[in-house]
Amino acid sequence: MATTAEGLPQIAWCPGCGNFGILRAVNQALGDLGIPPHRVLMVSGIGQAGKLPHYTKCNVLNMLHGRTLPAASAAKIVNPELTVIAVGGDGDGYGEGGNHFIHAARRNHDITYLVHDNQVYGLTKGQASPTSDRGFPTKTSLEGAWSPMNPIALAIASGASFVARGFAGDVEHLASLIKAGIQHKGFALIDILQPCVSFNHLNTYAWYRERVYKLEETDYDADDKLVSFQKAQEWGERIPIGIIYQKLLPTFGGQLPALQKGPLVKQEIEPRRAQKLLDEFL
Amino acid sequence: MPIEMNFMVGGEAGQGVQSVGFLLAKAFTRAGYHVFADQDYESRIRGGHNFFRVRVKDSEVRAIAEPVDVLIALNRESIELHRKELVKGEVIVFDDEKTKEASDRSSIFGVPLSRLAEEKAGNKLMSNTVALGATLGLVGFELSTLDQVLRDHFHKGELAENNVKAARAGYEYAQANFKEMHHIKPIGDGQRMLLNGNESIALGAIAAGCKFIAAYPMTPVTPIMEYMASKARDFDLVVVQPEDEIAAINMVVGAAFAGVRAMTATSGSGFCLMVEGLGLAGITETPIVAVEGQRPGPAVGLPTRTEQGDLQFMLHAHHGEFPRAVLAPATVEDAFWLTVKAFNLAERYQTPVIIMTDHHLASSYTTVNPFDLSEVTIDRGILYSGGDGEYKRHRLTKSGVSPRAFPGQEGVLVATDADEHDEAGHLTEDADMRAKQVQKRLRKLFGLKNDISPPRLEGSRKAETMLIGWGSTYGALHESMTILRKEGKDVNLLHFSELWPFPAEAVADVLDRACFSYVVENNATGQLARLIRAETGREVSGRILKFDGHPFTPAYIVEQAKKEGC
Repeated sequence: MATTAEGLPQIAWCPGCGNFGILRAVNQALGDLGIPPHRVLMVSGIGQAGKLPHYTKCNVLNMLHGRTLPAASAAKIVNPELTVIAVGGDGDGYGEGGNHFIHAARRNHDITYLVHDNQVYGLTKGQASPTSDRGFPTKTSLEGAWSPMNPIALAIASGASFVARGFAGDVEHLASLIKAGIQHKGFALIDILQPCVSFNHLNTYAWYRERVYKLEETDYDADDKLVSFQKAQEWGERIPIGIIYQKLLPTFGGQLPALQKGPLVKQEIEPRRAQKLLDEFL
Repeated sequence: MPIEMNFMVGGEAGQGVQSVGFLLAKAFTRAGYHVFADQDYESRIRGGHNFFRVRVKDSEVRAIAEPVDVLIALNRESIELHRKELVKGEVIVFDDEKTKEASDRSSIFGVPLSRLAEEKAGNKLMSNTVALGATLGLVGFELSTLDQVLRDHFHKGELAENNVKAARAGYEYAQANFKEMHHIKPIGDGQRMLLNGNESIALGAIAAGCKFIAAYPMTPVTPIMEYMASKARDFDLVVVQPEDEIAAINMVVGAAFAGVRAMTATSGSGFCLMVEGLGLAGITETPIVAVEGQRPGPAVGLPTRTEQGDLQFMLHAHHGEFPRAVLAPATVEDAFWLTVKAFNLAERYQTPVIIMTDHHLASSYTTVNPFDLSEVTIDRGILYSGGDGEYKRHRLTKSGVSPRAFPGQEGVLVATDADEHDEAGHLTEDADMRAKQVQKRLRKLFGLKNDISPPRLEGSRKAETMLIGWGSTYGALHESMTILRKEGKDVNLLHFSELWPFPAEAVADVLDRACFSYVVENNATGQLARLIRAETGREVSGRILKFDGHPFTPAYIVEQAKKEGC
């Protein structure tokens, strides 16, 4: 297979794809944080976004469509020393994997979840996605897409402890969000506005640029759930990017007694310890 | 004179049927007897009709028997429903102050269960314990053993003492008012374990070093995760109850990829949801263990009953082609040892292993000699310890098995993909690499096949009639064969507890020596017969099938075999 100078696979995205900005932001964030590649596990789904981990230096578990979060959560549980980043698209995470999204947020696994939200299905060539704007015409919704879901509001309602929105057209800002998400202890969703140059001619780079504004440049306070929930409703003329909600909450792994002695992956297997259990059946 | 007694406890859900049945089984276990106990319950928490059968012998017992010697009826309906199963000289223990029993037969033992519970233990809810005591009083059981069983079961304290009082009240009432029907003396030292298939699988998993189980509650295998959860703190296990079965199996893939032994457990319809994840484990070469507890399907079917209807499903679940192992424990001991084996096979061949049980094996209790943990071996397969060039998770090898490394390992990056991938684990559409990776994965079947044990052949090497079965039917089949042989029939038994890769050569050889062969299966179509034909080209002579949701009894198999001309 064709590879780059660094031995990574050649990138198979369309020229100009918003994914390039996301990849740059991921590389910048991991570089800035100084996490060695062998300590990073990226778990991805299926769709153009799912290819991202292959294009950077890290451990890769490229999953099925929609199933990133269960695998990413479990990998983090058994080896908390890993920095675990789940990556997928809007169809992958909010459609096929919607139930996992709600419950991973609820359990507050200590992982970062990057959703490349281009509001359209790219790899299957232009069908409506769960976040397609109302009225957006596609090959499977000729009268226009129906009501979009609100992943930011859903994440907050479900119990995620870090909820942010980034824009693939602003790499610096996105990188800072990814860094904050990785450093946050708990489930960190970063929904990323990602222009699809091939199939979404409504939500283009220019469309987003006209609308996005940075929350940190306002006096917005991200630690009030109700205020955040209200902010999550903002979409249309003005679209906020930045951290919309952040609160330190107990993580799923943090409450597991089994992890008190260190990562499960480092624990020895001792069959004879089970003798005590066998004796209870006598 | 050999001792054999069959007890049945019947009542509504919520009356403590399971509790009395289990304690009865435990008491006889402690007294040195062999016990086999099964339970039949409805999919409800209160009401309805449930029963629990306990068969007690002074020699090995592995199946239920239909005639009942003692019926402990916690309500009137139990008498009506089960009277026909009672043998001559039957005994019914019931509450004569609550249930007016018109019969004048001497074997009706009315005990004021509720009143005694109230008077002696201060709680009429303990009337089931009074019934337990009364039953054991009728057979002259050693009281101190019963006391000890209750104290152990209720973890001492006030609850335990009140149960002891309730049991004694029943015991003394029976001794004072009725003539002992038997006098059961303790035999041996009682050093056997009493456990069911679920518990045995859970113990096997813990002994094998399983560190992570993700499962969605579903009859009949929920007790596996519950047992492991109860030991999670002491044995450093993580038990996760996720949102659905899809999440469960994908979590298991994530945990196993990251480096621990991991498993899931579900029933047939839960497995339907897991199928996509099974193939994921296949293509990413991730070792996972999945327990599939069969119950009658399709869809919800009979949620709390038994069937062996999923064999072909487990052999073929998922699109595409990849290696898997399918094991089907025949007994409670098998359930332990095959679980240990499942983890070793999964890691040795880096592929999914399925353990098939069913409601009957999962929930039936058997006495077994304690497992010898020094016999438990742990084989984590080929692990990467450095080497030439860059690490490649899916390196092409002769055996098909590539050295495994884990994320976090210094100097190594581990990559794998649900898409077809190259040796390094990166997505590829290269036709040549695709074919090579398919062949590599399928090559693992050769090694795997050598690790699969041939079926048990019992009776004699060559017999006129061969009975053939798999999984939980072993006990009933073994006893059927014994009965038929005692009657002078030339019968042997071929029984499978490891089904895939199928040991075709060994089976063909054995089959060719029998004049007649009958599969005995708890399903409607004879799925093992179909497997045998597909893999050996041999057709069995007939099928003895049962698919009403209930397990086989030896008597039923014997009767059917005779109808077939045996």
